[in-house]
Amino acid sequence: MNAILLHLPALQVVIPLIAAPLCLLAGRAPLAWIIAILASASATLAAVILAYQTLNYGPISYHMGGWAPPWGIEILVDSANAFILLLVSSIATVVLLYCPSSIKKEIQVGQEHMFYCMFILCLTGLLGIAISGDAFNIFVFLEISSLSSYALIAMGSQRKALTASFQYLVIGTIGATFFLIGVGLLYMMTGTLNLADLQNRIPQLHDSRPLLAAFAFITVGLALKAALFPLHLWLPNAYAYAPSGVSAFMAATATKVSLYVLLRFTFTLFGAEFAFGTLPLHWVLLVPAVIAMFAGSFSAIFQNDIKRMLAYSSVAQIGYITLAIALASQAGVQAAMLHMFNHGLMKAALFCALGCIFYRIGSTRIEAIAGLGRQMPWTFAATLIGGLSLLGAPLTAGFISKWFLVQAALDQSLWWLVALVLASSLLAVVYVWRLVEALYFKEPVASRGNVQEAPLSILLPTLLLAAANIYFGLDTRLPVNLTENAALLLMPGHMQ
Amino acid sequence: MLQAILDHYNYWVSITLMMIGFYTVVARGNLVKKIVGLNIFQTSVFLLYISMGKVTGGTAPILDDRFTVYSNPLPHVLILTAIVVGVATTALGLGLVVRIRESYGSIEEDELDLMDGEA
Repeated sequence: MNAILLHLPALQVVIPLIAAPLCLLAGRAPLAWIIAILASASATLAAVILAYQTLNYGPISYHMGGWAPPWGIEILVDSANAFILLLVSSIATVVLLYCPSSIKKEIQVGQEHMFYCMFILCLTGLLGIAISGDAFNIFVFLEISSLSSYALIAMGSQRKALTASFQYLVIGTIGATFFLIGVGLLYMMTGTLNLADLQNRIPQLHDSRPLLAAFAFITVGLALKAALFPLHLWLPNAYAYAPSGVSAFMAATATKVSLYVLLRFTFTLFGAEFAFGTLPLHWVLLVPAVIAMFAGSFSAIFQNDIKRMLAYSSVAQIGYITLAIALASQAGVQAAMLHMFNHGLMKAALFCALGCIFYRIGSTRIEAIAGLGRQMPWTFAATLIGGLSLLGAPLTAGFISKWFLVQAALDQSLWWLVALVLASSLLAVVYVWRLVEALYFKEPVASRGNVQEAPLSILLPTLLLAAANIYFGLDTRLPVNLTENAALLLMPGHMQ
Repeated sequence: MLQAILDHYNYWVSITLMMIGFYTVVARGNLVKKIVGLNIFQTSVFLLYISMGKVTGGTAPILDDRFTVYSNPLPHVLILTAIVVGVATTALGLGLVVRIRESYGSIEEDELDLMDGEA
């Protein structure tokens, strides 16, 4: 037992990494699913224990193979990435519960075990990015998660999934290669890849040009992966044509992990003074963030496919997170991390609810879903909760993070920014209302006949995610405590 | 000026290759050509890494009593990993191109856009 606890940071990644090929070898859907769910449940358990340990005893440093850093590869768990690990692994587990019935209608028969293999590999990559304390390892895990997500998206039932996946492959590879260039330049200047070591050595180089180039490459590379406006072009198609479970998982986790790496590199490694003092990162992030909030929401309003609508809404929500990062204050970082978590919950719930609808009627077009809310009341309830959370209505998780974001902006007396956040939330009201109106207030399509509620096997995980949106809107202790710690950790030198 | 270019010719080579690759990705409509461009783009970064490991006067990093100065082997090892990633990306990309060709009957971006109703 003690040995397991001792090696928990490594097991967090190793368990899913081993489970992925096992899923493939299993060859049959039920067995592969059991392996996948066991792996992701143990990853969740590991994340819970790690989060508990970091909250109570401080950061954990684990040396791979017993080689001491900076020569060996270090795994570093602190409140910031423990929080991300918790989000990624728990969403993966819930979505995996949802997958068996959902993918039956969405991917080709006989490919289920490959689907689980890719899903768990994607989970491995995302967990690895979050937990690794080595810059080059982050690149490798970034590519593991990306390559598996290209394959997952291509499994979508429409042929457009293929072109969406190809587009994402090209843009994602460019993003990852940019990150690689940045890491190479950092290595050239400092001679180390260990994050803690980099943190110590970078401040002495603050006016060297390669460092500026490294920062630019890393920021742009991560912004591509995080789908920050105007680098978001891959996102709408990728989310719209991927199988529902994949959309839910990716929307909730993939972009968030990239944003976390951006936070870590900007604030911990390069330091806020370098990024926001020497370089104008405040405006570089703020302007696209505000445009994303409006352009994303406007595009969402005019979509006729609900899945695409939610995808564009993700672009807008990533704008809020980036906006919080651009504030460069402790409150801002906390708001950003809170919104990563809460946005993960709401988008996972909404994409799962859409999966329920797709399961019954085989479409997510706005005209096809008319009146469906009365025939599928539970699915409608989950959609409604997710939608309310998306606009930031009180008593939902979305309200909490908007509240923190507004407060962080008010701390710096940025009244106009608060006004912009509220105005863009009004746009969200428009598209959520369009969804609710179609589902509930329109007359049902006659040709559809009698539609039943979605089966329990996919309805329960959806409702669980919807309930989480309410729960974390009422009891905010867990995310707020963790993110408060995380913000302190990510911004050394800003202790107040 | 010329001296500055010659002194850092490895950077000029890799930046030139990088831009050639990037241009191919952006400007070419053929999906296979895009993958080729992506490969050139990645390879330029490999060259950047490998050339930075060179230590002036250093020999290959094999332990031997006669030598004291060695080139840095770490970037080479890193790039070995990155090459594997690049191969996987290429394989997956080409696999997607095959599937796209099967279901659309074309691998030209403008024709695909027309069929998808986006153009």
